[in-house]
Amino acid sequence: MKESSENLNAIDLVNRSLKARYRAEKRFKAYGIAAILFGLACLVILFTDIISKGHSAFLQTEVYLEVTFDSDRLDIDDVSNSAQLMAADYQGIIKAALRERFPDVSGRRDKRTLYSLVSNGAGFSLREMLIDDPSLLGKTVGVWLVADDDIDTYVKSRGDNPEDAFTGRMSDKQIAWVESLMENDQLALNFNTTFFTSGDSREPEQAGILGAVMGSLFTLIVTIVLSFPIGVAAAVYLEEYAPRNRLTDFIEVNINNLAAVPSIIFGLLGLAIFIGFFEMHRSIPLVGGLVLSLMTLPTIIISSRAAIKAVPPSIRDAALGLGASKMQMVLHHVLPLAMPGMLTGAIIGFAQALGETAPLLMIGMVAFIVDIPGGVADPATALPVQIFLWSDSPERAFVERTSAAIMVLLAFLISMNTLAIWLRKRLERRW
Amino acid sequence: MKDNTMNEPTDNVATNIEENAFSGQTVGTPLCDDAKMSMRNVNVFYDTKQAIHDVSLDIGKNEVVAMIGPSGCGKSTFLRCLNRMNDTIESCKVTGDIKLEELDIYHPKQDVVPLRARVGMVFQKPNPFPKSIYDNVAYGPRIHGLVNRKYDLDEIVESSLRRASLWDEVKDRLHSPGTGLSGGQQQRLCIARTIAVSPEVILMDEPCSALDPIATAKIEELIAELSQKFTIAIVTHSMQQAARVSHRTAYFHMGKLVEVNDTKRVFTNPEHELTEAYITGRFG
Repeated sequence: MKESSENLNAIDLVNRSLKARYRAEKRFKAYGIAAILFGLACLVILFTDIISKGHSAFLQTEVYLEVTFDSDRLDIDDVSNSAQLMAADYQGIIKAALRERFPDVSGRRDKRTLYSLVSNGAGFSLREMLIDDPSLLGKTVGVWLVADDDIDTYVKSRGDNPEDAFTGRMSDKQIAWVESLMENDQLALNFNTTFFTSGDSREPEQAGILGAVMGSLFTLIVTIVLSFPIGVAAAVYLEEYAPRNRLTDFIEVNINNLAAVPSIIFGLLGLAIFIGFFEMHRSIPLVGGLVLSLMTLPTIIISSRAAIKAVPPSIRDAALGLGASKMQMVLHHVLPLAMPGMLTGAIIGFAQALGETAPLLMIGMVAFIVDIPGGVADPATALPVQIFLWSDSPERAFVERTSAAIMVLLAFLISMNTLAIWLRKRLERRW
Repeated sequence: MKDNTMNEPTDNVATNIEENAFSGQTVGTPLCDDAKMSMRNVNVFYDTKQAIHDVSLDIGKNEVVAMIGPSGCGKSTFLRCLNRMNDTIESCKVTGDIKLEELDIYHPKQDVVPLRARVGMVFQKPNPFPKSIYDNVAYGPRIHGLVNRKYDLDEIVESSLRRASLWDEVKDRLHSPGTGLSGGQQQRLCIARTIAVSPEVILMDEPCSALDPIATAKIEELIAELSQKFTIAIVTHSMQQAARVSHRTAYFHMGKLVEVNDTKRVFTNPEHELTEAYITGRFG
């Protein structure tokens, strides 16, 4: 080896090592590609799983019934009297319609089973109909009514083959009735508007995501409004004004540590301070937003400081050399140039906050709340907490709703990130 | 250095000079009668390290003073004292008197903002703001509130660009980004930006070190023109440049001001042997 290398020129030695170098280069590249492929595969598996489980939640089984708005049974004599409209027994006329559809059902028990084909919330849609069109009183009309979740699960799992169907709690009689309805095209899968327009419910067919979406939205607004300005102000002060001494070093170490504190601790802190000491209400987005702000602040401060540091000193010199005050330098030059970087960090923080569950559990945003919150001070729950709640529910129909809620959360995240990228593109300046 | 026989004695001379370093007394004519800026016994420290030792110097009205010297001799540090740009460096302490006419610029109550409006600065690397050409030039007048009307601002922008002999090249694209210009144009834009505030003194910190010879020639021409209206202090690495543009030249060595004389005199018949050693290229 030594002898031969003495006879060779440098360029020959280089050529000899080239092959090995190129091989190493290829391997190096392959590692990167493998890593990306692995990540993509995981993503595809996740998405396929969620979508395959969740897509059916966007459809809801409905039953076709000839309902008679019988004024005696409803106990309404004046359609303009809203108290009567509210108090009327709509469930009663549905029961009558069901008895009419299946006249050979007799016996109290069988009738009770028959009534459970239709959701016990279906009466509300009849009330809406009657309020919209008072002339319906006394008439008989065909309506599609939301089926009970057991029926829904049965129909969805059945497909074209009754053997595959998941029967669950359904009795043989119920199955026979459902089959009879299907034969007569009186059962259909329609778009599930309830899922997007109502709050939580113990009945899967009446449960919706809107309450959680609004709760998340209000919480996020509070978080953004509080943590972005505070984080940026802190970062600007620490980078541009604060002297370098032990105190600022101490602050910096603490900020970095806070970024790694488990989020549930922030929840406990919020419980102790905001609810315990300041006596704010439980379960409200305001407290949730405050807690998530505390959690997001370190991330925003750290990324904002990095973005401010990345602004070239020559730009500061140029501004100061022209006689700009420090504030003018910061506002006119440093912040606009650092903004894209600060936004990137902030968005990562907000996305994290949006998906955060643990601290919200501590401050009571895990409560069962049916009403859709109208502001930051209304009791609410949040999307990830809703997912947690539904995944814990025994009803089979909640499985698909859990996945559907995850899809909604992902859509929320994706639209937020898209907005962030668009903002960054707009603010970015070319050098 | 190319000639081997010359090498040894030259080296010896250089070492000898460095050893019996400079006594501390500036030779030549550091002071003048109608001084725009006058510095007396200026010392600059970075923490405990002293960067400038007891420098006294006058810069006359409408005069171009060049500051030359080997790297690290303190000429840039000294220049940055003249508009207190050193304030941005925390560890930097300045003692002595620096006056702009009768104004004590290091007086504790002196605000740097009006000072820097009177003493502008052009930096080593062209550093236009990432904004349009127009906004670059208009920035100074805007923050100082020099004009109220758009028309007046247009006027200032045009005249500043004209004086920086950049107008003809950019008049059709005033609203395209200043960072899209070539290096030499960017530096002239920075000069236009500086003169838009109508300062009395312009400090230039190696303004041509990042430029090619043609751009350099343009800037040098510009300096000659500007000296009719402004007082200019320029730090440069190029002795030819100092010889071409300045009226007086100050030679700095290891933080001390060795010699100040008429530029012609410095480059033809320097008074101090250190100056001679430097301009003949024996070190530096």
